[in-house]
Amino acid sequence: MNKNIMKITKAEALSKNANRIRQDLITAIYYAKSGHPGGSLSCSDILAVLYFNEMNINPLKPDDKSRDRFVLSKGHSAPALYATLAERGYFSKDDLITLRNIDSVFQGHPDMNKVPGIDMTTGSLGQGLSVANGMAIASKMDKMGYRVYCLIGDGELEEGQIWEAAMTSSKFNLDNLCVIVDCNELQLIGKTEEVKGLNAENIEQKFKSFGFNTKVIDGHNIEEIMQAFENATLTKGKPTAIIAKTVKGKGISFMENNPAWHGKSLNDEEYKKAIEELNNV
Amino acid sequence: MEEKMIATRESFGKAISELKDENIVVLDADLSSATKTDLFQKEYPDRFIEVGISEADMIGTAAGLATCGKIPFASTFAVFATGRVYDQIRSSIAYPKLNVKICGTHAGITVGEDGATHQMLEDINLMRGLPNMVVISPSDDIETRALVKEIAKYQGPVYLRLARMATPVIYANDVKFEIGKAIQLGEGIDATVFATGITVAEALKAQEELIKEGVDIRVVDVHTIKPIDKEMIVKCAKETSILLSVEDHNVIGGLGSAISDVLAEEYPKKLIKLGINDCFGKSGKAEDLIKYFKIDSKSIEETIKEKLYISKKTK
Repeated sequence: MNKNIMKITKAEALSKNANRIRQDLITAIYYAKSGHPGGSLSCSDILAVLYFNEMNINPLKPDDKSRDRFVLSKGHSAPALYATLAERGYFSKDDLITLRNIDSVFQGHPDMNKVPGIDMTTGSLGQGLSVANGMAIASKMDKMGYRVYCLIGDGELEEGQIWEAAMTSSKFNLDNLCVIVDCNELQLIGKTEEVKGLNAENIEQKFKSFGFNTKVIDGHNIEEIMQAFENATLTKGKPTAIIAKTVKGKGISFMENNPAWHGKSLNDEEYKKAIEELNNV
Repeated sequence: MEEKMIATRESFGKAISELKDENIVVLDADLSSATKTDLFQKEYPDRFIEVGISEADMIGTAAGLATCGKIPFASTFAVFATGRVYDQIRSSIAYPKLNVKICGTHAGITVGEDGATHQMLEDINLMRGLPNMVVISPSDDIETRALVKEIAKYQGPVYLRLARMATPVIYANDVKFEIGKAIQLGEGIDATVFATGITVAEALKAQEELIKEGVDIRVVDVHTIKPIDKEMIVKCAKETSILLSVEDHNVIGGLGSAISDVLAEEYPKKLIKLGINDCFGKSGKAEDLIKYFKIDSKSIEETIKEKLYISKKTK
């Protein structure tokens, strides 16, 4: 059988996973009447590849010591992570619509002690990379070999702790660490370029100068994402940072590239239209 | 009281080097020679993690290690270990209830010459206000070593407050220390002095002097500020006429406040709070500063005598 056909099939399957993740997270945010759709939609493809292709995990053993770890440093994209874990089989999808409810395990930001499959509690920006470093160091100390993935928002890179952590990743030669920057070039108040001079190109330069193996990719191209993770795994002696160029609000026309959709829910009409669009992909 | 003097930071450095659990890792932010974690580094270089001058990163790294089963002791000066990284502790350690021990040395005005920027007087307040956090403030060498062992066994976040200044050894080797159980020293009924950290030795000196004048006080070493020993506080409030707290910390939010919280709910009674009166510290010798800020033995002695005199006069 032709290898290319196999690969395309895999990518297509992952694309379908990503589409279902988008539908589920939008539904959850719609029922919650609040939440962060923009940045959740921009990282859905990355999460689909991570959880369905890249990471060594088992939904039946969420606490397995040898599993790969994932840290959602941009914790406000929790709906995307919840939808991904549900899609992967960690828990039933039925409960996702309880997002942000008083009785729900699905907090506004991820809580490792409430939801199976969540490796770290996050929410306050800028802290995830330090945590991921700690995990990657533990993996090396114990010779366990597990890998650690950390998804960071581009706006989040404005937090100084990220760069403290980047020096640590590099100092300890954490080649079992892979950073993914969800580079949608927007933050709550506008363009990252205008707020603090950040764009995909200079983000890559920054990580490179901090000692990372780097790669800028199209964060919605499943094959490019798969390839980037493969290269990261093959890179020895230094950590990898994948700068994934993404579109905030990806997949829903009226949300795409509109910072107004950073942190608000949809009304009935908007929800109907959003699901229709996602169904027609 | 023996005359041997040793700083609790020194005892801490020795104690962590003697811990047997191989899951223990020690993190430093470029102060290991001052916090004495260099003693651990010498013993176990493979389990010593130097992150450089980046305390926020140190706290996050410790959190990550803890999620993988390690028992991290993250150490730097108290001012950087708590205030500088309050949100990192709150979000990445206290809320997820991770098994990290935050060890702040050089707490209080007894840092001395470095002055206000380095004299942490608000750390107890910050740490005891965090859900899930245990706050430990040992007073001497024996107690520090024993409590380091206890907190290593305890599963969950702990803040350990340590001092730069050398203080007398108070306890015998065989004394048992338990997290959350304060230690009563003496049976006096004229007054109770609640002390913690370096002020325990000062309170004991005051006790020695006062007895010569026929005033019999007890000292309570509150080595655990959270969870606080309610039983002991209520017992002493019932048994003694004057209650006094003394601490090398702001009077707002520290030991005195923690005791007041208990008294207000369980046994309303006046508490005199000696401590740093809602101001910043200043440079000087530690032994001069404790006099200047009136947390030394003489100030404790005089406060008690004055109150006893007033209460006798009004009777």
